[in-house]
Amino acid sequence: MRVLLSWMREFVPGGFGELEEQPEAMAETLTNLGLVVEGVEEIGNSWDGIVVAKVLELRPHPEADKIQLVDVDTGGAASPAGEPLQICCGAFNMAVGDLVPLATLGAVMPDGLEIARRKLRGEWSNGMLCSAIELGEGEDADGIMVLAGSPEVGQPLADALGIESDVLFDIDVEGNRPDALSVVGIARDLAAKLGLPFVLAPIEVPSSAPDANTLASVEIVDQVLCQRFGARVVSNIQMGQSPTWMQRRLIASGQRPINAVVDISNYVMLELGQPNHTYDLSLVPDGALRVRMAKDGETLTTLDDLERKLASADGVVCNGADTPIGLAGVMGGAATEIDDSTTSVLVEAAVWDRLTIAKSSRRLGLRSEASTRFERGVDPYGIERALDRFCQLAIELCGATVSAGRVLADGGVKPAPKVDVRLAAVNRLLNTELSLDQVVGYLEPIGFETLSRTSTDLVVQVPSWRPDSSIEADIIEEVGRHHGYEKSGRRVPAPSQTGQLSPTQRARRRVRRAYMAAGFSEALPLPFLAPGDLAAAGLDEHGISLANPLVAEESVLRTSLLPGLLKALAYNQSHRVARAKLFELGHVYLPSDAELPVEEEWIGAAAAGVDAAAAVQLLYQVGEALNLVGLKIVNKAIPGLHPTRAAEVQFRGRPLGQVGEVDPGVLDAYSIEGRVGWVQLMLAPMVQALQSPPKMKAVSKYPSSDLDLAFIVANKVPATDVVNTLMKAGAGLVRSVELFDVFRNDAIGSSSRSLAYRLRLQAIDRTLTDDEVTSARLGLVAAVEKAHSATLR
Amino acid sequence: MIQTLTSEAAEAVAAAEAAQTVDELDQLERKALGKRGFVAAAKKAIGALPPEERKGVGRAINGAKASVEDAIALRRTTLASAQRALQLEAERMDLTEVPIRPEVGHGHIITQTWEELEDVFVGMGFRIAEGPHIETDWHNFDALNIPPGHPARDGFDTIYVNHGQPGSTLLRTHTSPVQIRTMLDQEPPIYIVAPGRVFRRDTADSTHMPVFHQLEGLVIDRNITLADLAGTIDAFVTAYFGKSFPSRLRPNYFPFTEPSAEYDLRQADGSWMEMAGCGMVHPNVLRAGGIDPDEWSGFAFGFGIDRLAKMKYGVEDLRDMFANDVRFLSQF
Repeated sequence: MRVLLSWMREFVPGGFGELEEQPEAMAETLTNLGLVVEGVEEIGNSWDGIVVAKVLELRPHPEADKIQLVDVDTGGAASPAGEPLQICCGAFNMAVGDLVPLATLGAVMPDGLEIARRKLRGEWSNGMLCSAIELGEGEDADGIMVLAGSPEVGQPLADALGIESDVLFDIDVEGNRPDALSVVGIARDLAAKLGLPFVLAPIEVPSSAPDANTLASVEIVDQVLCQRFGARVVSNIQMGQSPTWMQRRLIASGQRPINAVVDISNYVMLELGQPNHTYDLSLVPDGALRVRMAKDGETLTTLDDLERKLASADGVVCNGADTPIGLAGVMGGAATEIDDSTTSVLVEAAVWDRLTIAKSSRRLGLRSEASTRFERGVDPYGIERALDRFCQLAIELCGATVSAGRVLADGGVKPAPKVDVRLAAVNRLLNTELSLDQVVGYLEPIGFETLSRTSTDLVVQVPSWRPDSSIEADIIEEVGRHHGYEKSGRRVPAPSQTGQLSPTQRARRRVRRAYMAAGFSEALPLPFLAPGDLAAAGLDEHGISLANPLVAEESVLRTSLLPGLLKALAYNQSHRVARAKLFELGHVYLPSDAELPVEEEWIGAAAAGVDAAAAVQLLYQVGEALNLVGLKIVNKAIPGLHPTRAAEVQFRGRPLGQVGEVDPGVLDAYSIEGRVGWVQLMLAPMVQALQSPPKMKAVSKYPSSDLDLAFIVANKVPATDVVNTLMKAGAGLVRSVELFDVFRNDAIGSSSRSLAYRLRLQAIDRTLTDDEVTSARLGLVAAVEKAHSATLR
Repeated sequence: MIQTLTSEAAEAVAAAEAAQTVDELDQLERKALGKRGFVAAAKKAIGALPPEERKGVGRAINGAKASVEDAIALRRTTLASAQRALQLEAERMDLTEVPIRPEVGHGHIITQTWEELEDVFVGMGFRIAEGPHIETDWHNFDALNIPPGHPARDGFDTIYVNHGQPGSTLLRTHTSPVQIRTMLDQEPPIYIVAPGRVFRRDTADSTHMPVFHQLEGLVIDRNITLADLAGTIDAFVTAYFGKSFPSRLRPNYFPFTEPSAEYDLRQADGSWMEMAGCGMVHPNVLRAGGIDPDEWSGFAFGFGIDRLAKMKYGVEDLRDMFANDVRFLSQF
């Protein structure tokens, strides 16, 4: 909402005093009321050095066609009175004798241009004649502004136009304050905060017979749609442009002047916050209006000349023949639009159902100043004043006559609530020690009347223009706003608990650090996928889809971290980072029959340019860092992974994730070169593991013996199973088993390979004798041969 | 005899001093002090001397032996250190020639900021609460005093998911549903912050992403006032930024708080920066969380984690933080 200081002042007798000279301080006061000032513009002060000049002579420029030489009289302002001053000018719309604005040497234009004496194709220009747009006024750039009336030559332009300096505040009005989408609403709040009187003077509208109710009628068919509806009949309108002062206010407020009637209508809306609409009365048979919900399939051509297909959720205003002539609360219809030939109008001010207007304007993609206000809620008892103000201005500016009486109909109007306010509750929430008188003193100036009071409590009548207020907390906010939030002071509450992270939160940090220590950087891919992404990654394509995606490429939620990290690797490869190593700890979303889909947290790690062995290495490194004792991998085909280079990761007998290499076909689909190692693990089991710290095992003080054993083992036996057999058979003696060599040759045959292990034997309580080592060796060999049909080499 | 001893000792000492290698020194040691050396020979000869001479000769033998031993030890030290110096010189490395390939990953700046924020609030006695990304319409809106049709719903640009009844399930638009889940889960007093990922139907640009991160704070206790709200954010700001700023609390509007406010910081250039939206928890929200607004009161606040990360690390375009470019990630 853009609001002018001069306009607000009309409702504050005596004005705002010294504050008017300090726009920034006034802006701060507004901001502290919750009416956040986003910009302050001082108007009219930017015309220093711009004066009224009289055109004495027009001459062609000897060297240029598009420039003419203009001799002006500056009345002594920039050259001796009566003597010609030469100006070069690119416009040709003025005639000898015209009065035009001249920016004299040294003047600074609103856009920052400083006027200097300069030569144009060999002719001196001693200033600049100004167009409206160069003066920061409106959009008419057709030529030099030719001044109407008889301003004095040499007079400053602002004085000649009767423009006083003004201040424009650009205010960001929050959704709960429809009342502040008006000049009076902002003025009321500001005056109250400053302790100044705010006065809405009664409006006298001279009117004559016949009564409007004999010329027009209204029927509210759907009560929910329309709370109140009012209209007046204005005749004998002399159509034309609205006066400059009104145009200036409209332009400053962001509205384009159209014609006097439309301008008055907009002016009333800006001033009072009540949108209103004018019908050409001659185009509304019998002045009869019907208000109802639209029927599916009905059409209406709106003021913007677009034919709108209506739905049963839209509200319409119809003529007596039940044909829609306006889209309720959003935009009027083209059929009854006023134009230059209009002489009588039916002016309507209604209060529409907020929800209906919101839905209607959203559905039709049509937001207007009116719909914005109706959505948020306008004052149901403000329509009389709005109608009267329209009539008053129509009489004053268009010489109109007004029929007596108002056509009024009540629909589903809800009275504003009465609210019990406990002084103790006010002081409790605001940390204040206000008295009841102070509370009343803050509330009454903004229209919250006291209906009754005891020594501790009030009953307050919420004003009809404040739909945001209905409970005690709302009233407390009003008191807080006007008392000042800063007066509540500051203190820090002392929780009785200790602050700490949960086991999951601690686990996430450890897990992240484990991957970082392994050289992986953290990526944050978006969780949205294109419809084919899951299938392209070799995964089940049934992810949860979005009902209203912005783009199809982001319309499915991921069920795996794989697609996102592959995209990230591809992105890096396309930027000449061939071997990125990335991990992500994030949610995946799985369909479910429960109230909400299942969300699981996984850690995915992808490394470009490495194979499955490096992925297994990463897995065990992370396992070591997190003390995941008992990690196991089981070779297995896994969707999305290389069919012969993938394994399921198990931990304590349960699946924990997958390890291996990404399927080359998937890599092709994602345009990734080289191999990609992949590990994806579920967070939850790790959280659990990290909650039980490992218990110490005593370290032997006695010497150890190393033993190398190589077996011929069938390919189908996992090398890790042999490790487990050795550990189990040598329980108490075998401290560690390490696979140090694997080889295959023709002698062994293609179905087996040689696996060589280095074992360290050590007892906790003694030095092992040679005999013990020898007998242990026999037992270990026998165990492996028996368990895995292996033979010792 | 003593004269002979002295000259032999002097000869050996001179030889030791002249020795060029440790081997040479070892030979000399064997020759002079070994079984066939002059010291051994002199000791043998001592028995043949008259008893009155034995004492003097014994002393001379010991003196000669000691002087040779000392000379050898001294020379040995000198030669050893020269030899070590030679070896060390042979091992010389130019450390500036070492290829540098650090193999350490980097945490994302959003996570780093997130964890820092958690730490600050843990230090202030808060716990960290969490909730699902996919939420019910009720938790995200209704329970937060944003009933169906409320104009505020428009402002959230909600992404709905196809699950259950149409319009019943969505990607949370803010972390505020965690307030509701916490209240339903836990009796007051409540002191939590909820950092988390949130979603809006927004086209990515330099200041918007469809996915971003917020931190929500909720305090519910007896006699919690507007002063506790401002004081808590003050304390947080001071801890997080490492210094305090002039600040102001001004009225604002959120459907889930009443009164609502905005906490602004004054920057060095005198302008105000919005730090956190906040307010006293709306009685309807307390009731939705099963808490009696007459017994308990509370405040809530929230701000963007990504924006703090952007400020801290000087990132200009929000999209850079989500491109997963290693050249970006490895800077932090």
